[in-house]
Amino acid sequence: MTAELGHFTLILALCVALVQAVFPLVGAARDNEVWMGLARPTAMFQFLLVAISFGCLTHLYVTSDFSVLNVASNSNTAMPMLYKISGVWGNHEGSLLLWVLILAIFGAAVAAFGRNLPPALRARVLSVQSMIAVGFYLFMLFTSNPFERLFPAPINGRELNPLLQDPGLAFHPPMLYLGYVGFSMAFSFAIAALIEGRVDAAWARWVRPWTMAAWCFLTGGITLGSWWAYYELGWGGWWYWDPVENASFMPWLAGTALLHSATVVEKRDSLKGWTVLLAIITFSLSLLGTFLVRSGVLTSVHAFATDPTRGVFILMLLIVVIGGSLALYAFRAPKLVSSGLFQPISREGALLFNNLVMTTAAAAVLLGTLYPLFLDAIGGGKVSVGPPFFNAVFIPIMIPMIAAMAFGPLLNWKRGDLVAAFGQLKLAAILGLVALAATYMWQTDGPIFATLGMGLAVWLAVGTLTELAGRARLFSAPAGAWGRFRRMPRASWGMVLGHFGLALAIAGMAGAGGWTKESIQTMHPGEKVELAGYEFTFDGASEGQGPNYTAIVGKFTVRKGGDEIAKLVAEKRNYPIGGMPTTEAGIETRLAGDLYAVIGDPEGEDGAYVTRLYFNPLVVWMWIGAMVMVFGGVLSLTDRRYRVGAPKRSRAGAAVAAGA
Amino acid sequence: MNNRWLYTIPLAIFCVLGIYLGIGLTLDPKQLPNMLDGQPVPAFDLPPIKDRGAKGFASTDLEGDVTLVNIFGSWCVACRTEHPYLMKLKEQGAVPIHGIDWREEDPDAGPRWLKRFGDPYTLVGDDPRSKAAIAFGVTGAPETFLVDQKGVIRYKHIGPVNDEVWKEVLQPLIQQLRRNGSQTGGQKGGS
Amino acid sequence: MLKRLLLATALLFAALQPALAVDPAEVLDDPALEARARDISKGLRCVVCQNQSIDDSDATLARDLRLLVRERLTAGDSNKQVVDYVVSRYGDFVLLKPPFKFATLALWLGPLLFVALALIAAFAFFRRQRAARAETVAAPALSDEQKKRLDDLLKGDGS
Repeated sequence: MTAELGHFTLILALCVALVQAVFPLVGAARDNEVWMGLARPTAMFQFLLVAISFGCLTHLYVTSDFSVLNVASNSNTAMPMLYKISGVWGNHEGSLLLWVLILAIFGAAVAAFGRNLPPALRARVLSVQSMIAVGFYLFMLFTSNPFERLFPAPINGRELNPLLQDPGLAFHPPMLYLGYVGFSMAFSFAIAALIEGRVDAAWARWVRPWTMAAWCFLTGGITLGSWWAYYELGWGGWWYWDPVENASFMPWLAGTALLHSATVVEKRDSLKGWTVLLAIITFSLSLLGTFLVRSGVLTSVHAFATDPTRGVFILMLLIVVIGGSLALYAFRAPKLVSSGLFQPISREGALLFNNLVMTTAAAAVLLGTLYPLFLDAIGGGKVSVGPPFFNAVFIPIMIPMIAAMAFGPLLNWKRGDLVAAFGQLKLAAILGLVALAATYMWQTDGPIFATLGMGLAVWLAVGTLTELAGRARLFSAPAGAWGRFRRMPRASWGMVLGHFGLALAIAGMAGAGGWTKESIQTMHPGEKVELAGYEFTFDGASEGQGPNYTAIVGKFTVRKGGDEIAKLVAEKRNYPIGGMPTTEAGIETRLAGDLYAVIGDPEGEDGAYVTRLYFNPLVVWMWIGAMVMVFGGVLSLTDRRYRVGAPKRSRAGAAVAAGA
Repeated sequence: MNNRWLYTIPLAIFCVLGIYLGIGLTLDPKQLPNMLDGQPVPAFDLPPIKDRGAKGFASTDLEGDVTLVNIFGSWCVACRTEHPYLMKLKEQGAVPIHGIDWREEDPDAGPRWLKRFGDPYTLVGDDPRSKAAIAFGVTGAPETFLVDQKGVIRYKHIGPVNDEVWKEVLQPLIQQLRRNGSQTGGQKGGS
Repeated sequence: MLKRLLLATALLFAALQPALAVDPAEVLDDPALEARARDISKGLRCVVCQNQSIDDSDATLARDLRLLVRERLTAGDSNKQVVDYVVSRYGDFVLLKPPFKFATLALWLGPLLFVALALIAAFAFFRRQRAARAETVAAPALSDEQKKRLDDLLKGDGS
């Protein structure tokens, strides 16, 4: 019954979406208020229907209803409740339902909170949003129905892949989807603007909160995935340039460019064509990612069980959505007239530079990800593109940008003074070089990029703080500095935190990527191993058990200079139903680095085990840096200027004067 | 107006991309090409598996007649699907089939499997450490190689050998090789 | 349908083994040779896995390839010879760093091309801006008649 209800509400949602896709759009073209007015209620109703459908699927999982094929394939009575729930989206069909749910959430949010949007724009935006949803509903109902029945129903289901049975990973997909599905809103705004033939400061103001929210979620989602890989996969790695990782990273790069570009539209009435194109590209990359994961076109660690017929359907969807939007762009974008002029060296120039670098980086990642496919398609043989390519290409592209990030906020709008800016950054430059030299002398055996990374991280961090101090006139007029700090708009704090957070993350990446120390050996209980100045003692292993697994539990004590500083517990779990083992590393996180221990199989009969010990420097700085970035984004979101008194469509001058 | 066409560039790029993605749907990214096509069989010398006498299987055994070399293992599910057909081929005496028992952890596993399901092989070699398998560029089981009279690899089939594969690919190729091989001087193998 | 799903997921399970990849038993006695072996292994793709090097992978074939690498190094092969041997069996696909050859020219030069395109785009953008600015600055001069009309209008407002 629940399954049928879920299925039925999904079909209803499709019908509502069709109405929402057609009437408000036509209504906006014909100035028909009634039809335009349909946008908000249909968006809310669609959300309600999809929420019910999603709720039904969740209920089926929670009650372990194995008469439904999806539940039987991915769930099991022995699994803890958390993973029964996360199993809802841990598979292809369920994750698609999550996709449309988030599309509907964003649509309903605009309907509910976008009261100050002009009705015509809102109608168009919601229509476009709904068109995307229609495509996905059709995809689900025709090829990927999560409510398909299984007859006869088995007594017990299979299991969710044991690797996915992890609290970190349970939340990774929802967060990720809130991110890159959230960019659908920016996309819808862009299409609506193209249809209207107008992009102005007001449009940029309206688009920014939704884009920022999506960006925050995507950053969080990617970080969560990385963090999970680090502690779960057992060898301290956190980024593999796997096609599906790239599929989430490319929208992030484009989305970051979009955020920055929209600022120029809002403040200086320029870069309109670029911004609209970026909004289209960001969501297009999200859709492309969906295609890559589910079509079987690329091999990847993350890929769902793949099916070429599904691939064909998604490709059709891609062609309609992306092809259609780019065709619209080709046709209508020339009408967007930008009036703001600026010198190459200026704040806008720096933001344009950011645009270009991020887009170039995204293009390079896309090239690497798709190249094996291209070459095979033209019969050029099989080649694989792994991390060495991406690292060799991505890092050099990003270096100029990170260097420029310290300059950007110091440059004036319209015409900036590079020499003056550099004068302010003297301290940052000196400290950056000191960091570079110190790192080089201390760790001569690391890769050059890691050393460079540390220098750049310090440059960026000090540069960002310099700008902040300058703005509050901390050193020139210290008396009123505190007041100035307090009066600074939240969006400015957001920028400071965003850039500073990135600096922290880069330092973390340099450490973790460059100077990891590893030791593999067989250890008897009581044996000691020296690694990176720490002493690891193996305290023996015992048997352990969980709700749906058995485990070997290994204990370690870590000492430095004779004092005990940590006890690590590592597990090797065996899931009898899932049939595969997982490792749970014992990790002690410290600011200087992580102590990381992995227990393996027994060796011989006398209690000896294979062990892997690591020291991963500065890893936690990556997670902290990412959280700071997200916090900065959230802070920007709460800036009252976004929510209260969003401008009416007045003359451009008034809007510009209102900006900082 | 001369820069209006610039706005069509993103669309043009996407069209090209779309075509390649479409082609990509027809390809299998995991299928590796046969690197050894037209090359002599790599040198290997494998010991016998248990209960099969003293003679193992070496590359030098692969001359004189067209042969099939089949990579299998008791752990391999798809090999079971293929096995009855191999038995049928053996009964017909169409072509000698040699086997490489790959990645057996337990030395009894292979012989047990053959005893249970039948033994279509003329010679069998034990390859627990993938020495021969790697030399052949094998990535999974079952894989079957067609080797001609001079010990040159002519075809590699990935996956189970069934009636379709035999009738459409292997049998015609074997017949052609035998015909050409019996002619004096000619070494005109098909590809 | 279910069977295909099961097979695909089984393959995924088989491939996605978490690490405990290099076994102490595999480690060579000579640390220099072992370091070379690790280096080479990190650059070779595990062809039965989804996206791992043979150094990271737990798959049996990965282990056997690691042993093969060590064997050949011990027998005196250079790094290049070992890698070439594996490539001769499995093709360029097995290299995580794509080789620099004709087939991969577009791959390696692509990013440079993108950078060049970005620079050209920026250049063209600023040139157009300058042209637009020049246009607004060079307003056409008023004709005598227009000047007279302007004077009349201004006088009219003043009085």
